[in-house]
Amino acid sequence: MTEHTPVLTTDGKQGPALRLLGIRKGFADVVAVDGLDLEVARGECFGLLGPNGAGKTTTIEICEGLTTPDAGSVELLGKNWATEADDLRHRIGIQLQETQFPAKLSVEETLRLFRSFYRHGLPLEESIRMAQLDEKRKSRVGGLSGGQKQRLAMACALVGDPELLFLDEPTTGLDPQARRHLWDLVDELKRAGRTIILTTHYMDEAERLCDRVAIMDHGKIIALGTPQQLIASVGGEHVVEFAVTTKQGGSGREHHPVDITPLLALAGIQSHRVDAGSHQLSVDELHTTVPRIFATLNEQGLHLSEFRTHSATLEDVFVGLTGRTLRDE
Amino acid sequence: MSKFSEGSLFQLTLSRFRLFLREPEAIFWTFGFPILLAIGLGIAFRNRPADVLQVGATTAQLTQALDADKGLTSSTMDLDAGTRALATGRILLLAIQTPSGVDYKFDITNPDARTARLLADRAIQTAAGQKDAVQVRNDLVHETGARYIDFVVPGLLGMNLMGSAMWGLGFSIVEARQKKLLKRMVASPMPRWQYLFSFLLARLVMLVMEVVVFLGFARLVFGVPFRGSLLELGFLCILTSLAFSTLGLLVASRASTIEAVSGLMNLVMLPMWILSGIFFSATRFPVVIQPFVRALPLTASIDALRGNMLQGIGLGQMASQVGILLAWLIVSFTVSLRIFRWR
Repeated sequence: MTEHTPVLTTDGKQGPALRLLGIRKGFADVVAVDGLDLEVARGECFGLLGPNGAGKTTTIEICEGLTTPDAGSVELLGKNWATEADDLRHRIGIQLQETQFPAKLSVEETLRLFRSFYRHGLPLEESIRMAQLDEKRKSRVGGLSGGQKQRLAMACALVGDPELLFLDEPTTGLDPQARRHLWDLVDELKRAGRTIILTTHYMDEAERLCDRVAIMDHGKIIALGTPQQLIASVGGEHVVEFAVTTKQGGSGREHHPVDITPLLALAGIQSHRVDAGSHQLSVDELHTTVPRIFATLNEQGLHLSEFRTHSATLEDVFVGLTGRTLRDE
Repeated sequence: MSKFSEGSLFQLTLSRFRLFLREPEAIFWTFGFPILLAIGLGIAFRNRPADVLQVGATTAQLTQALDADKGLTSSTMDLDAGTRALATGRILLLAIQTPSGVDYKFDITNPDARTARLLADRAIQTAAGQKDAVQVRNDLVHETGARYIDFVVPGLLGMNLMGSAMWGLGFSIVEARQKKLLKRMVASPMPRWQYLFSFLLARLVMLVMEVVVFLGFARLVFGVPFRGSLLELGFLCILTSLAFSTLGLLVASRASTIEAVSGLMNLVMLPMWILSGIFFSATRFPVVIQPFVRALPLTASIDALRGNMLQGIGLGQMASQVGILLAWLIVSFTVSLRIFRWR
C-alpha cells in the first residue's frame, strides 16, 4: 500500500489516514458524540470500543461521510467530505451494521454490481476468494448463513480495493466459529497494509485485532492506547475473582462481609471491587500474592466457595474506568 | 465482458430486472392479472347471437309455417300439453288452430313472448300467401370497436401501466431503504441518479413485454381494433408508464416501511380506480368534479389510449392529455428528487 512508499505528493499520501477534531453530534434529545479528537495512522488497525449507545456508530458514520457532524472537522486521507466526497468514496471501503443485500441476487451478482461502482478495484475472483465465498458464489444471498452474509458485506467493502476500510460491528451476532473466520480475514487485510477502523463491543475482538483502541462511553473517548498499554494502565496484569461463605456450613454465593482493609494492605494488590457478590482484585504477581490472599481470608474465618484468576483484559479496563461492565447496558 | 456491461448503470438495471423476474407474484400481477380480468369481462359482456324462441302449435301445418322463420323453433302439441308447456315456460307462445283462423296464447308482459307473437304472426301470414307491401332489406350492425370489450381494454391497459409502474418503483425503493441497502449504496461511489434511473430503464424493458402480451391477447382473442398509429400507441404507453413511475418515486421518497408506502400507494391510486373511467366513461361523473377527474393522470392516459385505439385519433389532437401526463411526470420527478431520503 501507499504508506510503505513514502513519496511526497499533492494527493495527500502522507499524514494520518483519519483526523477528527472536536466532533460533536446530537440527536433530538441525546448527545451521541461529545467533542471527539482522534488521529489514526496509515496502515493501522484501530478499534472503537464501547457498550451499545456509546456513540461508536455515529462516530464511524461521521467518518464515512454518511452523517454530518454538528461541529468539528473530519479529514480522511488528507481530504474532506465537503469538497472531495466523490474521490473519497472511491478510496474507502465501508461495511455498515444491518445491511441486508437483496435476497434474490446471487453472491456473484451482488459483488459484480458493487464492483461496477468503482473506477479501480479488485477482480471479482479476488474479492470472492478473500471472503472465502468460492463455494457460495452462485448461491442466492437469502440462503447464506449469518457469517457468510457478513463476509459478503466485507467483500462488497473490498471490491474497490480501498486504502481505508471501515467495519461497523463486523462480528456482532455471529457464532464463535464465524467470528474467528472473520478475524482471519481482517488479519489478512492488515498484513496487506490497509488501514482499518472498526467498532466493536467485544473486548476480546479488539484485543485480538487492533493495534490501538479508543474506549468510548457516553460520546467521549475515555481511554486511548494499545491494548497492552490500556491493560497496564488499570494496574495489575492479573485479576483474582473470589466469593466466600463462613466456615460454619452454608453454601452458595451468599453475601458475607469481608474486611477488605487487610487485603488492600497486601503487597501487589492494586485495587478491589465487588460485582454481584464476587470480589475482584487486580494483582501484579499471582504466585506471591495468591498465598497471602488465602491466608488473610482464613484469618477472617471465611471459606472460599469460588476462586479463579485470569489475565487482565480490556473488559477489566472498561470496568476499572467506568465502574460498569459492558453487559450492564 | 465488454466495458458497457461492467458499467454501473447497466449493472443496476440488470439487477432490477433480475429481482423482478425472480419474484413470481410480481410476474402474475403484471402479466397474468390483466389477462384474467379481460377474459372475465369478455365473457360477461360478450355479444350473444340473437336467441331462437321456443313456440308450440296444435297442428303440424302450423309448426311447419313457424319453423320457416329462423327466429323460431316450433313443436306440435295438443291444447292441454301446450297450456302446460306455456305455464312452465318451456314455450313462449302457443298457436292454436281454430275453425275461423289462429289464436295466439302468450304472456303480453314478457318481452320475449311479444317478440315471439310478432315473428309467429308474420310466419303464419307469409305461409298463407301475404306479400310485403314495402320492399325492405336488413343491414345488420356487427362492428368491432363498438363493443364493451373494445371500450374496456384500453382502460385495463392504463390501469395496469399505473399499477406496475407505481408498485414496481415504490415497493422496491422502500424495501431497499428499510433493509439499509439504500444507505449502503450511497456509501459507495455509485452516482445517485443512476440508481433512480435504473428503475425507469428496467420499467421500459418490462413495459414492452407487458404491453405486447396484453394487447396481443386482446387482439387475438377479442379482435380489439388498433385504429391509430402503433408508434403513437407505444409513445402513449411509455409516457403513461414514466408518469406513474415518477409518481411512485414521489410516494416512496420518504416512507421508511412497506406498510407506510402501501397505504400511501392505495391512497393515491384509489381515486383513479374509481374516477378515471377504467370500466365506464369518466364523463358520467357530475360536471362539478369534471376538472378534477380530467386532471388525474390515469384519466388523461385512458382517454388518449381510447382515442388512439378506438377512434384512430393522432397525437396532435391529444395535446391536453399528453400535456397532463407530462406535467405529472415533471412535477413528481422534481419534487421527489428534492425530498428523497437516501437512508
